Amino acid sequence: MRFAVLVFPGSNCDIDCEKAIQKVLGEPIDFVWHTQRNLDDYDAIIVPGGFSYGDYLRAGALARFSPVMEGVVKAATEGKLVLGICNGFQILQEAGLLPGAMRMNDHLKFRCDIQPLTVVNNSLPFTQDYQMNETIRLPIAHGQGNFYCDEATHYELTQKGQIVFRYQGDNPNGSVDDIAGVCNQAGNVLGLMPHPERAIVEWMGSQDGGKMFTSMLRYWEEKIGAA
Amino acid sequence: MQPNQKSKETTMGMEPTPEEIRDRQLFSELGLTPSEYQQVQHHLGRLPNWTELGIYSVMWSEHCSYKNSKPLLKRLPTDGPRVLQGPGEGAGVIDIGDGQAVVFKIESHNHPTAVEPFQGAATGVGGIIRDVFSMGARPVALLNSLRFGPLESPRVRYLFEQAVAGIAHYGNIVGIPTVGGEVEFDATYEGNPLVNAMCVGIIDHEDLQQGVAKGIGNPVIYVGASTGRDGIHGATFASEELSDASEEKRPSVQAGDPFMEKLLMEACLELVQKEILLGIQDMGAAGLTCSSAEMTAKGGVGLDLYLDDVPQREVGMTPYEIMLSESQERMLLVVAEGREAEVKEVLDKWELPSAVVGRVTEGNRYRIFHHRECVADMPVNTLVDDAPINYRQGEEPSSYRDGTTASHQDLHHLDATDALQQVLRAPSLASKRWVYQQYDSMVRTSTAVRPGSDAAVIVLDGFDKALAMSVDGNSRYVKLDPWVGGASAVAEAARNVVCAGARPLAITDCLNFGNPEKPEVFWQLENAIDGMGEACRQLATPVVGGNVSLYNETKGVAIHPTPVVGMVGLVESQEHITTQSFKQAGDVLLLLGSNRGELGGSELQQQVLGSISGRPPVLDLEAEKALQSTVLHLIQTKTVSSAHDLSTGGLAVALAEAAFANALGVHMDVKTDLETIPYLFGESQSRVLLSLPKESVAKAISMADEKGVPWCQLGEVRGDRLSITINGSEVISQPVSRLQTIWEEAIPCAMNASLTN
Amino acid sequence: MYKATITVRLKPSVLDPQGSAVKGSLHSLGFAAVTDVRIGKTMEVWISATESAEAEQKVDEMCQKLLANPVIETYDYELEGA
Repeated sequence: MRFAVLVFPGSNCDIDCEKAIQKVLGEPIDFVWHTQRNLDDYDAIIVPGGFSYGDYLRAGALARFSPVMEGVVKAATEGKLVLGICNGFQILQEAGLLPGAMRMNDHLKFRCDIQPLTVVNNSLPFTQDYQMNETIRLPIAHGQGNFYCDEATHYELTQKGQIVFRYQGDNPNGSVDDIAGVCNQAGNVLGLMPHPERAIVEWMGSQDGGKMFTSMLRYWEEKIGAA
Repeated sequence: MQPNQKSKETTMGMEPTPEEIRDRQLFSELGLTPSEYQQVQHHLGRLPNWTELGIYSVMWSEHCSYKNSKPLLKRLPTDGPRVLQGPGEGAGVIDIGDGQAVVFKIESHNHPTAVEPFQGAATGVGGIIRDVFSMGARPVALLNSLRFGPLESPRVRYLFEQAVAGIAHYGNIVGIPTVGGEVEFDATYEGNPLVNAMCVGIIDHEDLQQGVAKGIGNPVIYVGASTGRDGIHGATFASEELSDASEEKRPSVQAGDPFMEKLLMEACLELVQKEILLGIQDMGAAGLTCSSAEMTAKGGVGLDLYLDDVPQREVGMTPYEIMLSESQERMLLVVAEGREAEVKEVLDKWELPSAVVGRVTEGNRYRIFHHRECVADMPVNTLVDDAPINYRQGEEPSSYRDGTTASHQDLHHLDATDALQQVLRAPSLASKRWVYQQYDSMVRTSTAVRPGSDAAVIVLDGFDKALAMSVDGNSRYVKLDPWVGGASAVAEAARNVVCAGARPLAITDCLNFGNPEKPEVFWQLENAIDGMGEACRQLATPVVGGNVSLYNETKGVAIHPTPVVGMVGLVESQEHITTQSFKQAGDVLLLLGSNRGELGGSELQQQVLGSISGRPPVLDLEAEKALQSTVLHLIQTKTVSSAHDLSTGGLAVALAEAAFANALGVHMDVKTDLETIPYLFGESQSRVLLSLPKESVAKAISMADEKGVPWCQLGEVRGDRLSITINGSEVISQPVSRLQTIWEEAIPCAMNASLTN
Repeated sequence: MYKATITVRLKPSVLDPQGSAVKGSLHSLGFAAVTDVRIGKTMEVWISATESAEAEQKVDEMCQKLLANPVIETYDYELEGA
């Protein structure tokens, strides 16, 4: 399984994603600079966290127009796996690949912590190695993670199982319905504010992020096996 | 070359002519004394023009030349077997084996923070990051040391909230984890807060860079943000006392762009990897002037600078303004002639503005051209090496002699439970979660010990080893006895790093003091430096860089002398990484070190009496060495479950802090000759609280005995209460959760107070 | 040449945490008459266009495409000859 991790000016978690994939899966992963349009060589694309273009204008708003996003849209349409983490989630929202938008955290401050989450949908390529309603702990680190969507969209997300993770306990940013992560209708594009790549080995304080990557690999292997 | 001596028109009116400067003594407006002005005339053999005088004024400011502190700084030990680079470059460099080195430095940004806390603190972080990557190193961690007035004041709350937000904003966007630090609140800092930022980087030996200009004819390349009128005379500003007029100097404060910094960092590190650079230096204090002059002087060459080629964001800037601007996120590079295109390719990839702005010349002339005219021509050594030095005399203040007679009987009657709650509630001691939650402490996925323990620990990709780091300073001790306080700052920083499982390697220091022209302030500076120097020698941790911030005064009153020590240590194996929190019930509590019940300068004294008196705890460096060696040995042999340095608040607070993280209680029953309050809240130095499995106790005790370290078995980790019995009577019995709530809510509650209180 | 002064704000239906915080501070400063605060962004954009209709069309397009996020934001603008 071949991974691409995108690099925009201001990406900060690109190397962390690469380290996590290598540690957990040992699969090949390339850094792809934002000017490259073609992502056909890759089976999965990770849009990493950070502050692409300094979060100027709105988080993700400027990165969304990078040439590489053409390749991301194509990959998403073809059913390849696209994972947006933190700023990557915001970019995918701006690109229209995921629903909703982010507001500033309700307490108006950046928040970094290890946050308990509930797995709300474990039938996705990204979550099949988790248990349904399992509590996992993942680091969060964001100033604009306050997920918003209108009521009609929220109803649809609920009906179609697109809410994937919810914050447990105190909601760290004020998001609608405690939403921490959502997917598209097809289930091949996932965005989440928490950082699975920061929860891989024991000294990180949690190892719960690893299953997201093993889920992705298992999905791909089964798909290849079936073909 | 005789520079054009015509005055320039500026936005502020006409610049004065050389004659006007002399006749109207305008050099004093630039902070130069009559004798310094005479020296400038002597160096030039003529009257200096306004641009030249501006350049001398910033180069000879305390911030750039250390003119008041240099004779004292020479007393600090700067050598050691692991030192690859001591003071004098952007940051110090220490060998950590495997061909790698750690690069680190701490720097103050106190004055800018006092007038514009968000940008002042943010740009402090930006500056120290550039100091580290200008050495060629990849920055991997940030720490900071903050001092503010009491949170009861709305102005203080504003300064504190904005400074923390500014630090968070900058570090988070650049993508370097902020892993540790300290915050203290004391009335002494009400008008003059302190923001000291530290950056730690990693480098392979062969990538080490220098801030030097070399190779006659080689181009000097400017890269980064364009130059505006912001921050002109920041270095001089940092070398003056704060007054009401400081508010009017607001234009002096620069605004930072952390996104630009991120691009600049990645581009510069890419140039380092491509082995293109001959010299690289940050344009920090005194901007283009200081960076280019220092690089030129260091290279033993001359320099021609062409100001028309400097990227500018404002129109009509004069040479004076371009040279003295402190616009942020700018670097100066020197490369071999002919390699400009390779450099430009990398800089263009990162979408960074750049330009060739100068050439290295033969000789020692530092010349500046503007509109094809020479506007300044100075021997470069007179700017850098020949800066005047003030040899001052300190004078011991009478308050110091009075300190010997102070007694602390007035604290002995306190109820121990009340005292503990009062101390835990004190913002200086209370949980700093409100602060560090705003910092991304985990980006780069290398943070093994996050903020909230004695020292932070960063693992190194591909190696089993790790780095521990800590910043410390206790200004109350320094105020009461500068020598002991200075030495204690070093000892505590080392102890913190040892408690994390590391061998202390070296320090960087930030010396925050008042006006050195006052004999008692100079006495504080001199003694604190001597104390630090002695501790560094004894603990084999040389000083490899740092910063001096003088004139920290408001309305003529100096802050408590505040030397801050940033310590880095090497953890040999990740298995040795240790934290302060208790791990499991049943573990035995062992206290190493002597308890003398010393309350002078203690947190309890400050909280109960509102002031400090007497002498600070004594420091026996031999005992300190023995203690640290014992603790490190016990950790490395996997004998202990936790290790926690005893510092402010003494034993009682150390027990509570160790209990909080895992909500584990303490059952303690001891006999002592000391009274309860000094026993529990005295701040005797050189003590560490260990928890360890029962079967390891005998081994730990025999090791302590072998090293001559006193020990006391206090009790065990048990239940969910902090229960302390002394000489047969229970003096504290409180649920850990209740104490933890007090400790955790103190700062959030103080910050939620209305803006108008 | 035209200058468009564009204001982007959160939709009325979207809670504005910054605005709420500022409202609270204004109240505590004694401005009890303040009933609501909404915080937005102002952008000044210079456009070369021959007539105002052309400039307006461009401004609308750039707002919809980039300057405002239609999920949470609305925009309006004033156009003046520059």
